[in-house]
Amino acid sequence: MPNMSLEKTKMPHQDPSTRITNFSEVALGYTEEQAINEANRCLNCKNKPCVSMCPVSIDIPNFISKIKEKKFEEAYDIISKSSSLPAVCGRVCPQEVQCESKCVRGIKGEPVAIGNLERFVADWHNKNVKKQSKPKNSSKQKVAIVGSGPAGLACAGDLAKKGYKVTIFEALHIPGGVLVYGIPEFRLPKNIVEKELQNLENMGVEIKTNIVIGSSITIDELFSQNYKAIFIGSGAGLPRFMNIPGENLNGVYSANEFLTRINLMKAYMPDSSTPIKKCKKVAIVGGGNVAMDAARSAKRLGAEKVYVIYRRSEKEMPARMEEIEHAKEEGIIFKTLCNPKEIQGDSNYFANKIICSEMMLGEPDQSGRRRPIQKENSDFEIDIDCVVISIGTSPNPLIKNNTPGLKTNDWGGLIVNEQTGLTSKEGVFAGGDVVTGSATVILAMGAGKKASNAIDKYLSSLK
Amino acid sequence: MFKIIEKKVLNNTVSLMEIEAPIIANKAKPGQFLILRVDKDGERIPLTIADYNKENGTVTIIFQIVGSTTKQLNCLNENDYINDLVGPLGKASQLDNLNKVAVIGGGVGCAIAYPIAKYLNSQNTVVHSIIGFRNKELVILKNEFEKISDKLILMSDDGSIGNKGLVTTALERLIKSGEKYDKVIAIGPLVMMKSVSELTKKHNIKTTISMNPIMIDGTGMCGGCRLTVGGKTKFACVDGPDFDGHLVNFDEAIYRSKMYKDFEKKSYEKTCNIFKGAN
Repeated sequence: MPNMSLEKTKMPHQDPSTRITNFSEVALGYTEEQAINEANRCLNCKNKPCVSMCPVSIDIPNFISKIKEKKFEEAYDIISKSSSLPAVCGRVCPQEVQCESKCVRGIKGEPVAIGNLERFVADWHNKNVKKQSKPKNSSKQKVAIVGSGPAGLACAGDLAKKGYKVTIFEALHIPGGVLVYGIPEFRLPKNIVEKELQNLENMGVEIKTNIVIGSSITIDELFSQNYKAIFIGSGAGLPRFMNIPGENLNGVYSANEFLTRINLMKAYMPDSSTPIKKCKKVAIVGGGNVAMDAARSAKRLGAEKVYVIYRRSEKEMPARMEEIEHAKEEGIIFKTLCNPKEIQGDSNYFANKIICSEMMLGEPDQSGRRRPIQKENSDFEIDIDCVVISIGTSPNPLIKNNTPGLKTNDWGGLIVNEQTGLTSKEGVFAGGDVVTGSATVILAMGAGKKASNAIDKYLSSLK
Repeated sequence: MFKIIEKKVLNNTVSLMEIEAPIIANKAKPGQFLILRVDKDGERIPLTIADYNKENGTVTIIFQIVGSTTKQLNCLNENDYINDLVGPLGKASQLDNLNKVAVIGGGVGCAIAYPIAKYLNSQNTVVHSIIGFRNKELVILKNEFEKISDKLILMSDDGSIGNKGLVTTALERLIKSGEKYDKVIAIGPLVMMKSVSELTKKHNIKTTISMNPIMIDGTGMCGGCRLTVGGKTKFACVDGPDFDGHLVNFDEAIYRSKMYKDFEKKSYEKTCNIFKGAN
């Protein structure tokens, strides 16, 4: 019998007052019983509208049917056919604008909690199944993957499954890209990323850390090392600043730096060798998921007041609803329709004030969102001891600058064929944030997957 | 893991290490840097590549024991391993087509100034080196500089070796005596580079300085190393580390270098205690 409840089966969470004192995961995951209960809400539609919205086309109704039958490992096998990082996607995908947005159950009531179910299946597998994925017979050509974030990992996994010898090059000392340096532990525990990376290595993928492609080794040199195709998934790593006075004061961080210190370098741990400023009043500038991550991290580091300063209204915020809700539960103060003009500091050059103007919304701009306009004589100041600028990132120009023949558009994104991911240089493909600018984990994975098919086709044609 | 092939103690607080790192050695150019982590929980610190040997696949670093990481690094010996080493990072120094250059090194900055002077010498540029130290105990690379400099002036703050005074005193004397330099290259403490830049601005001599700020990734990702150059924000890691000394906002850079002073002090003391316990 289908479960006709209009609401999703609730996911258990750490209580807000407890979770702001630790970096452990907030959402605790379904029990088997809860998962089956939620799976029973799926009507198993024949035309599968949910699948059409999944960037990697997971056969959603089919894996949910297996949950109903308690065949969790079979459910896992169905997901892994399409996704190489199910435990990650179940946690960080914006399902509400993807698969769940087309769920028939969402017409009246809440859609099926597809994300929660995906997470359940992946966690169940990781906990209960000890078998290692078998190394594939890597008899085909060598492929180099630049960057070990979601795009690179998805591309690497698919190519390894197809029998290619895959090597991933990572600039940092730990692989995982934004999954390890950007997304905090409380939203995506790092042992989950490690497990997914281990799975890839078991499949025969080689990961080389501490190599900056474009600097340590160039793209052309990779070809001379007998790599026959190259996928660039180097992300959008360059932080944007506002170019307002006081932005270089001590205590002003890019979100990249703030989160990297915390996540990659573990600055939140008491015995960490990497420092982070212990702040009491923190202003986060920006309204995306990264801003929410920064705000919630600041709270966990012991800040008494954390403000999110955003120039439009809450409705226009690019962050996921769930992240905004979680941030509010944790006591983050939202200063919307508010734009920073200047940061001021004390005599030792430490930031102590942020000056803002009130804004109102005008006509929609090119992005379709209403343009914020400054209200006259509305300036006010907020006492702070730390500011985190989280207004987006753009692709790192390092590879572009050192690769003749690689074309980019005016904001630095690599120009590729949308269907194949092929760049302007033969044998070089690209996908993820380096092409689109900062987007989501799953879109990057989708691009990596698409490129893996094109690379397979290209390399088969070379024989 | 990267093996230490050779270690030399240059003075009480400065050590040299030659490390096996063929990929970095293959690409390194004068002025570039690397980032290292001593162990798996270590912080990332940038150090300039003091020398490299493409044939042997090694790079050389020279570091001063100033904080807990450099202290920990200095506990390693030949045949030990450094956990992580990445590079070469940053832009190479512009050292071609110069007739006459004054190379100025202050303290451990001499470790970075030396390979630059050496390269200039190999390009038949006339090199006048001015190297300055607080006292005679801290002198490094004096003999090396002698070999590759057309003129070497050694300065010490207390007069215990060479001439008493600052490197700027020596430079000013040379300029006033009629020496004409295409360029002055100054590497050392921020305060020293600031004074040199102020002096050369007066005399209208192009000046390059090398920044070594706090950074994490070294590839343009964190922005922690930002500084103001000619009114614009630049990242030392990818736009530098070399900049026009006449355009750098040194006061800002000096403030920024002190951001974690308290943490560093505590951490250094903690490391000292750990080693005391070990002994």
